[in-house]
Amino acid sequence: MTYILKPQLHHPKLAANSLGYTRRDYEGSVSTLCAGCGHDSISAAIIQACYELELPPHRIAKLSGIGCSSKTPDYFLGNSHGFNTVHGRMPSVLTGANLANKDLIYLGVSGDGDSASIGLGQFAHAIRRGVNMLYIVENNGVYGLTKGQFSATSDKGSKSKRGVVNHDAGIDLVGMALQLGATYVARSFSGDKEQLTPLIKAGLAHKGAAFIDCISPCVQFNNHNGSTKSFDYVREHNEAVNRMDFITPREPIRADYAPGSTVKVQQHDGSVLSLHKLAELYNPNNRAQALGYLQARGGRGQVVTGLLYIDPDARDLHDGLDTVDTPLNELNAAELSPSVAALEKINASLR
Amino acid sequence: MSVALTEASSRSGPVVVNDFVVKFANVNGSGSASANGMFAKSILRMGVPVAARNIFPSNIQGLPTWFEVRVTEDGYLGRRGGVDLMVAMNPQTWARDVAEIEPGGYLFHDSTKPLPHSMMREDITILGVPLTAMCNDRYELPRERQLFKNIIYVGALAALLGIDPAVIEQLLAEQFEGRAKLIAANVEALHLGVNYVTENLQPLRLQVRKADKVGDRIFVEGNAAAALGAVYGGATVCAWYPITPSTSLAEAFSGYCEDLRNDPETGKARYAIVQAEDEIASIGIVVGAGWNGCRAFTATSGPGVSLMTEFIGLSYFAEIPAVIFDVQRGGPSTGMPTRTQQADLIGAAYAGHGDTKHPLLLPADPGECFEMGAQAFDLADRLQTTVFVMLDLDIGMNEWLTKPFAWDDKRQLDRGKVLTHDQLEAGVEFGRYLDVDGDGIPYRTYPGVHPTKGGYFTRGTSRNPYARYSEEGAVYVDNMQRLLRKFETAKALIPAPVVTLAKRKTSQGVIYFGSTTPAMHEALELLEADGRHLDALRVRGFPFAQEVDEFIAAHDRVFVIEQNRDGQLRSMLVNEGEIDPGKLVPVLHYDGTPITARFIAGEIAQLMALGQSEAAE
Repeated sequence: MTYILKPQLHHPKLAANSLGYTRRDYEGSVSTLCAGCGHDSISAAIIQACYELELPPHRIAKLSGIGCSSKTPDYFLGNSHGFNTVHGRMPSVLTGANLANKDLIYLGVSGDGDSASIGLGQFAHAIRRGVNMLYIVENNGVYGLTKGQFSATSDKGSKSKRGVVNHDAGIDLVGMALQLGATYVARSFSGDKEQLTPLIKAGLAHKGAAFIDCISPCVQFNNHNGSTKSFDYVREHNEAVNRMDFITPREPIRADYAPGSTVKVQQHDGSVLSLHKLAELYNPNNRAQALGYLQARGGRGQVVTGLLYIDPDARDLHDGLDTVDTPLNELNAAELSPSVAALEKINASLR
Repeated sequence: MSVALTEASSRSGPVVVNDFVVKFANVNGSGSASANGMFAKSILRMGVPVAARNIFPSNIQGLPTWFEVRVTEDGYLGRRGGVDLMVAMNPQTWARDVAEIEPGGYLFHDSTKPLPHSMMREDITILGVPLTAMCNDRYELPRERQLFKNIIYVGALAALLGIDPAVIEQLLAEQFEGRAKLIAANVEALHLGVNYVTENLQPLRLQVRKADKVGDRIFVEGNAAAALGAVYGGATVCAWYPITPSTSLAEAFSGYCEDLRNDPETGKARYAIVQAEDEIASIGIVVGAGWNGCRAFTATSGPGVSLMTEFIGLSYFAEIPAVIFDVQRGGPSTGMPTRTQQADLIGAAYAGHGDTKHPLLLPADPGECFEMGAQAFDLADRLQTTVFVMLDLDIGMNEWLTKPFAWDDKRQLDRGKVLTHDQLEAGVEFGRYLDVDGDGIPYRTYPGVHPTKGGYFTRGTSRNPYARYSEEGAVYVDNMQRLLRKFETAKALIPAPVVTLAKRKTSQGVIYFGSTTPAMHEALELLEADGRHLDALRVRGFPFAQEVDEFIAAHDRVFVIEQNRDGQLRSMLVNEGEIDPGKLVPVLHYDGTPITARFIAGEIAQLMALGQSEAAE
């Protein structure tokens, strides 16, 4: 949260996308997070993803809860409406916003304290309702703003900066999201922008509840020996199941991998996810296998990353509620207030 | 037939026509509610007003439940107090039910098994009908025996009270429309009761006679009325969590939307209803939808409001429209969840942390629940804040006789100060928290409105008029002062109080609100008949209008009638109006039952007499 605005000057040679927006048009205020914070890398990946997807910035609504991660929506998409809500309650506010206007893109940004502790219930219910959104948890395993307490995603046995060992089991939000019916589930690492950016692009394009757990080391309070969310630890234990190129219907398929190792998944909007398989047996269309794989690898201390599950033809909350095509916030009195004649009928039935 | 019977009955005293109280004591889950409701409605159909109230437990089956019907040609819709005819169908509560009957009243019971003399009273008339024996003779299935027993006693009561059985037959035909067998079976049961009485008993001194006192009024629950108000008021998003006594409000909204709000061509919904995981998520969804330009509401009760408090504070500070229907019940904590109170006033008015206050609407009957249910959305949009509609269980869950719902097809929704794409494009200056007009209300924009203008970051933290984060003390204070100006603006928008002057000039006044209203009106008549004159003011909303202060200033003493322990309205009057607390005399009823005219009149008479005797000394 800052009052330092970035200068409005543009470099004359900044490349514009087909809508005429430069990368700068997707940026926000200057970050006030600590230098080297993983969250800033995620913000950069969000900016890159929106720029490459050629989304009109103002058609994205960005929502967050409270915490370091929840401050970041101020640092990207400066022309978008943003809402820094209540601790742990972003999912409900996003759900309401989504009900009001199905035509916007909803990006929810949260942290491990915000989503796995105080907000675990709202996280679960927004996912199980299939709210059309991309929900990113910037997961550092620690409470940064209040200076270093363990969060609920801290692994059992991991050590705090002060040397305290965590004896509680860690919550795996990816596993939960899979069980709760999320239709797009991925894990990534803030230090791996190559992997993260296409995952964000595909998540934004996905219709339904898309969830990315992004491990994002806290340089102040959780980047030491003994932490399982430090840069070094995650680099050493990262087990990517796939690498992805995200291709919109407009663009030609650029990258191609060796035949046999690439799986193409077409989403409902026509976009194509070109997955380069790294773990040969991993199939991102099988929810049950994904859960088993995660648990087996997790048991060996590996951090599985990549696109873990996708249902390319998912339905969302609006489908379930069978709402009209026009956004509800655009309906006028004639469409909303029934007639006097209808009221007279009701009166007659109550006599 | 009824005239002949009435003459016969006059032997036991003067005939009382269209002015008595019948109370049904039942076991819940026995199917009695529908039969009892039909009894009440049959009297209405004879043109005689009734006031009907359920008194029910927090339970589905097996506990005592009561249904009280006041037959009142004069139109007194509050509870009177006392019972003239007790229909005692519940052995568990026999003793207290018998004790409640007025001297000279009647006890109706199932006489299948003889009851010892000690269980009766000498000063009442006992009416025995062998209901169980009659059912066992006629019906095989246990469920039939139970359900038809209810209809049989309705038939018996109709004959005893002079209610035309044809009226009940008509109601049965309407209720079971298209199911001829069911209608015939019910009509048969009804006449089993009618015939037994005609052959074995005398009609009562209490008689229903056709009148023309109902007019075009309707008989409806406040929760249904408020929900219908929300439909007409343009609410599109409802997020809620089940809690007695508000559940039927959300369910009624759902039902009315299905009937009235689907797109006529596609059949798709012009509304979204989410049963959320809890009250916190309910209000979160409402706030999100309000932020994004929808009219959204939740329905809850006191415990729900306390859970929603953090979000209500956010709505106040971030200035997001929201509507909360608070159907009040007995508190604190789980309290008496199926009993009525007006005990959430302070909790709702000042919900939040830090300095907050919120507009309240205080409907007095289902007719006003409809009006205020619609108006609340205009106010929330206009004031960009949470607006409460404060019902209670008595209004919300009982059918009341009330004026018919009215609407104007030309009525528009007041969406308040919202800048459009074209206004932004034309260069209108936008500061989300900038007080352009001096009324404390800033302009807002909906997300997605314009590519480069009108975007802002909403937060619960302090910010400047352009929505940028700021911890500057002066900036914060300016904003808090503007919120006070906005609250001042609200005073003129909130429904004005209703003043009823006494027939004689008086220095004594009374202030009341909500479901107390019908009992209060009757109490004023009782007091007047007794030579005690009081001017009366009914508060209809908060912040209090100027007229409220003026009314208090114009009287030496003002009784404040409330259904809570602590005199919450009185505290708010003192707090907001800088009024001498000694001038406001609390009259409080909070045992969970709806307040009665007898209680109010008795309390005020006693306090006035005390005042007079003190003055004499």
